[in-house]
Amino acid sequence: MILSGWGRTTAQDCRVSRPRSEAELAARVAEGGLIARGAGRAYGDAAQSAANTVDMGGFRRMIAFDDATGQLVAEAGVTLDEVIATFLPRGWFPAVTPGTRFVTLGGAVAADVHGKNHHRDGSFGATVDWIDLMGPDGRVRRVAPGDPLFGWTVGVMGLTGVILRVALRLKAVETGYIRQRTLPAPHLAAAMATFEANADATYSVAWIDCLARGPSLGRSLVLLGEHAALADLPEDARARPFHPPAPKRRLVPFEAPGFLLNGLTVRAFNEVYWRAGLAGLGERLVGWAPYFYPLDAVEGWNRIYGRRGFVQFQCALPLAVAAGALEALLREISAAGQGSFLAVLKRFGPQAGAFSFPMEGYTLALDFPLHAGTAALLDRLDRIVVTAGGRFYLAKDARMSRAVFEAAEPRAAAFRGFRTAEGLAGAFGSTQSERLGL
Amino acid sequence: MTKGAVLILGGRSDIGLATAHALAGAGHPVWLAARNAAGLEPERTDLALRHGVEVSLHEFDVLDTAAMPGFLDTLPGLPAVVVSVVGLLGDQAKDEHDPAAAITVMRTNYEGPATILGLIAYRMEARGSGAIVGVSSVAGLRGRATNYIYGSAKAGFTAYLSGLRNRLAKRGVHVLTVLPGFVDTRMTAGMDLPKKLTAAPTEVGAAVRRALEGQRDVVYVKPVWRLVMAVIRAIPEGVFKKLRL
Repeated sequence: MILSGWGRTTAQDCRVSRPRSEAELAARVAEGGLIARGAGRAYGDAAQSAANTVDMGGFRRMIAFDDATGQLVAEAGVTLDEVIATFLPRGWFPAVTPGTRFVTLGGAVAADVHGKNHHRDGSFGATVDWIDLMGPDGRVRRVAPGDPLFGWTVGVMGLTGVILRVALRLKAVETGYIRQRTLPAPHLAAAMATFEANADATYSVAWIDCLARGPSLGRSLVLLGEHAALADLPEDARARPFHPPAPKRRLVPFEAPGFLLNGLTVRAFNEVYWRAGLAGLGERLVGWAPYFYPLDAVEGWNRIYGRRGFVQFQCALPLAVAAGALEALLREISAAGQGSFLAVLKRFGPQAGAFSFPMEGYTLALDFPLHAGTAALLDRLDRIVVTAGGRFYLAKDARMSRAVFEAAEPRAAAFRGFRTAEGLAGAFGSTQSERLGL
Repeated sequence: MTKGAVLILGGRSDIGLATAHALAGAGHPVWLAARNAAGLEPERTDLALRHGVEVSLHEFDVLDTAAMPGFLDTLPGLPAVVVSVVGLLGDQAKDEHDPAAAITVMRTNYEGPATILGLIAYRMEARGSGAIVGVSSVAGLRGRATNYIYGSAKAGFTAYLSGLRNRLAKRGVHVLTVLPGFVDTRMTAGMDLPKKLTAAPTEVGAAVRRALEGQRDVVYVKPVWRLVMAVIRAIPEGVFKKLRL
């Protein structure tokens, strides 16, 4: 079966099985070289193994929910979409969510995904009470934060075992609305100052115009968000607080990609987005779906780049050097004129986890359609990040070289040692782990 | 809003569970019936947790026709809706030489489901309300070399449902025949199925829910199958017999 990542650049013929029970799964584990695949939303080859890819679609039952604590126990193949559909009407929402809700819980742990509240609440792993993990011997162990195996599992893309079940804490919310505040930042320094000044906001993220140059380099719209209380809603919305109406464009000018992709250039898009943002400054109520998942409304948006697909670039930069490194990255990108529709800048807070992607500082994420000049540009960006002591997001990576990875990941040697000591290296592996030498 | 209970015969199957989710999502309590029903406890919990409805498990063997009246008496009552998704594909090439195996395929796809639905139909008719859903197959629309044991039994089941509908049309009982084409389930695992013709189990569940709400008679899950089968059925037998299908 031909598999590829969400970026559609890593097509590979893989043997795929879908076990239905722990016994069936254990038999696959015994074959070695296994990688578990959830929703296939990692952008590259992280969930591909030519010899032994396991589709976790056979494990997608919810097991228990405690409405006193908000703890949900569910099998790893359950998606955040299903969690929201089930529990938002009861007043609960994922405490950390990435920019798409079509990821599985197992995938979210494996990538240790982060959301717009990372600066306050940390990554997905911080909301997990425990996981059940099938090891190389086919045995299932319950591991919790504090256990070294937990630390090495969160963020390593499935290389320590198969995540079977996740106990996850949801967050109590009064409504399905977000109070969104949009702040303009005419250049990079202003954007960073806005993040620092709003460290107490629950959610913060910036759309950044990666094609703006000169004094406008890094101009951004910083979007802050708070869960709306029942009292924040207009009277007529209070009867159904968890069911925001289908968004109107007037309310949410930013769900634009659907119409933008018809021929407008990226530069024009960024201009339009910036102006729409300026027109919509201030505070407004936004439904949870357009706020957290603007691209989920555009089914198959990954196809807009055509058959050759696209690559995502996402790096984390240490706080102390972030300003200079971001400026250097943006200069390269704007000079090349190759930015993406939605480039994202975000402040990261402190991060636990032995191999998680975030670090205290800033993260920049954008995608590039794959064409002739892209590879060279990406190589230049890689060097800037490595020089700054930054690192790369494995969930987005589809093309990093082993040398760049080694330079960016002083943690890799220790992880390799752990894999060897625990007998994990032969049992679990992906096309990505082979490429990166993990 | 309380809705009538749905009895799913074949509650372990992918299509059965998907249908259970679709109807539980519409507020119906669900009774899952299958062999070794106790083993469905995780599915019971999942359904109840997601949809906030009562879900119960019931021991049922589609081949044990003698036990069927007794089975119905053990249920909490007569369901508002019964859905039979019981089916067994068998291994055509092998079963051609193995009468016992062939008979199991025939009984599982026709005799068993028809018998239990017949018993339930009688009770629904007496009550004057209810809905009977039979998940049959496009394989029953024309016998093909590669699956005619299965197909012939499904043909019998489809005809049975058609007759039942004819009989009950004026008795307040709705009979729905579902003819899925290829569905991505355990039954078809490992087969190389054409993507455009293959439905996910959830699509079957959604189609059943819509067809119940719309009081439909016969539905194909993917509309393209209506066309495909019209073509297949229109081929003259003299030509058809020489095709490899």
